Amino acid sequence: MCAKSGLGKADMAAPLLSVSNLHVGFATEKGLVRAVDGVSFDLTEGQTLGIVGESGSGKSVTAKTLMNLLPSYARVGGSITFDGRDVRAMATEGERHFWGVAMTMVFQDPMTSLNPVKRVGEQIAESLRVHLKRTRSEAKDEAGDLLQQVGVPEPRKRLRQYPHELSGGLRQRVVIAMSLACSPRLLIADEPTTALDVTVQKHILDLLDELREERGMTMILITHDLGVVRGRADQIMVMYAGRTMEQADTATLFSQMRHPYTEALLETIPRIDMASHTRLIPIPGMPPELVDVPDGCLFSQRCRSCSDSCLTDQPPLEVCGPMHVCACHTPVGTEAGAAARAANREAGVTPAGLDMGTFTAVEESA
Amino acid sequence: MAGSGTAQLRESDKMVLRVENLVMEFPAGIHQVVHAVSDISFDVQRGETLGIVGESGCGKSTTARAIVQLPKPTSGTVLLDPGTDAEIELTAKEGEELRAIRPRIQMIFQDPISSLNPRRRVRDIVAEGLSIWREEHPDVDVEAQVDEVLTAVGLDPEVAASRRPHQFSGGQCQRISIARALALNPEILICDEPVSALDVSVQAQIINILEEMKERYGLTLIFISHDLSVVRNVSDRVVVMYLGKVCEVGDSNTLFSEPAHPYTRVLLASAPEPSAVVDESESAIGDELPSPMDPPSGCRFRTRCPRTTGLCASEEPVMAKVGLDHFVACHFPGSP
Repeated sequence: MCAKSGLGKADMAAPLLSVSNLHVGFATEKGLVRAVDGVSFDLTEGQTLGIVGESGSGKSVTAKTLMNLLPSYARVGGSITFDGRDVRAMATEGERHFWGVAMTMVFQDPMTSLNPVKRVGEQIAESLRVHLKRTRSEAKDEAGDLLQQVGVPEPRKRLRQYPHELSGGLRQRVVIAMSLACSPRLLIADEPTTALDVTVQKHILDLLDELREERGMTMILITHDLGVVRGRADQIMVMYAGRTMEQADTATLFSQMRHPYTEALLETIPRIDMASHTRLIPIPGMPPELVDVPDGCLFSQRCRSCSDSCLTDQPPLEVCGPMHVCACHTPVGTEAGAAARAANREAGVTPAGLDMGTFTAVEESA
Repeated sequence: MAGSGTAQLRESDKMVLRVENLVMEFPAGIHQVVHAVSDISFDVQRGETLGIVGESGCGKSTTARAIVQLPKPTSGTVLLDPGTDAEIELTAKEGEELRAIRPRIQMIFQDPISSLNPRRRVRDIVAEGLSIWREEHPDVDVEAQVDEVLTAVGLDPEVAASRRPHQFSGGQCQRISIARALALNPEILICDEPVSALDVSVQAQIINILEEMKERYGLTLIFISHDLSVVRNVSDRVVVMYLGKVCEVGDSNTLFSEPAHPYTRVLLASAPEPSAVVDESESAIGDELPSPMDPPSGCRFRTRCPRTTGLCASEEPVMAKVGLDHFVACHFPGSP
């Protein structure tokens, strides 16, 4: 494993958050599940990192590790540094005024992240009172201001309502207000809009963007949709089966993507300006089980550019451009990648035994 | 908005389904009624895919259920093979007569795992419809038919048929649901958010299978989704719904390249990667959907619409033709 991604290292300022060679495993009856397998990234203050991947790619586990929310039986390795402090050491010392103050998180489902039997105002005020020792009335005033900032109409009235009285979009705004209460430096948003309607989704993402800019916050935006992070993240990390596949600044990732998985993710989603009945290029098969992971690249079983070495050697994360790393033996847009794809097309089957027929039919019709 | 009217219905003998003035209301407490679907009309031509798109709560799923008479709509008619000698008014049928028609319309649901009985083997799940209709179709070889549909959706019957649903992933369970729906050789397949619960990488597999099946079995699809890009991709014709009303109906490419209803434009501007045909600022509308128990007067979209005037509150817009196979219910259609 190439120890540390080249990303962020070139930056002059020290990164706010630095994650190095993070491993998270869970012991199960079937064996050790490697949910996160050697993930490294640096995040400069004020930037947004987008983490993209399908379910089971380890994006949420990464976020929960940062937030110290993993169950006690999780096996964590590697280091996490926040503003020069060792986060994992803090976890064992029990620093309760770090999480929720310096680093906070917004979860996917706003209904389950709110307490159904407590008024919204009390829930927002709670963190102000616990962490910042505000009095009851101070906290209540501040909670009202926060609701106003996140665009909740009639904030004073809403303070007295219960979560079930609010719509999904309003609930997510309340959750965002809660997470902003102690003016965090880093906000982790884990699929904040997946449960919401498309019109509301846009408003919530725009709101997060505005707040980040106003407050100079750093943000990690986790999603399964490349389209969501495209206009919003400074950097994007693509994860698959617990590993980083590719990481680059957003413009580079979309203009010069190197990893076949990133390419496949983009090609498999219909875009709104595509004509009807445009054939989508599927990603065959499904993500691997994370118990007893095979040698080689974990995407090789579903990859069009698979070569023999992909089945035996795990590709290291290598620098392939300024601020751009990728873990692939046969990257897209290189001679090796083109050769591997041509050879597979010729043979009609990849070294992993994947029938190329599904792809060629689509490529030809396109 | 969200309007009424039947201008969008087509005169043709190739229609397989026509829904006219469909109303679905549910009682809610004392003297209160949820207006889930209010006076909508559309038709589906044989072999085409009709997409229904809208936010949650707009009545998409209720419409689908009303078509299969589960439950029966409050008023309105659903016609199979309209205008032909074989015309059947589904809304007028009951009991055994209705049951006899059911195999012709099948459904696939959003959550593939909860729509399969976890205790039964895949073979029994897929064969259930066939075994129920055994008497009517004595010459059908159930085993062979099950093997055929399973193979068609990309599962190996040798391996898959004897397993139970929990042994499959979400995408594979959705394939099993499709196989179950196809086993009875339906004419119309209603897909209610069939890919919303699936991972992005699996979504394209299922969409491609539906397209293949449509061709192979000559199916007519009604495809319901909140995802505009998916709907555009699979549909020939699209219906945009808002709060129980139809806003806009049209040929898929026309509707997405020249959206005329302000709500359609909002939807297009709100997509994660907004469409190039609208301005991103058009997405700026309120979040709150009005209550379906007390919908706004006139045009139902007026409370969130950027173009609203007094006329919109007093008079409900009626479906009007704005282009070849393109219909809109709005007093001020077109680009702003």
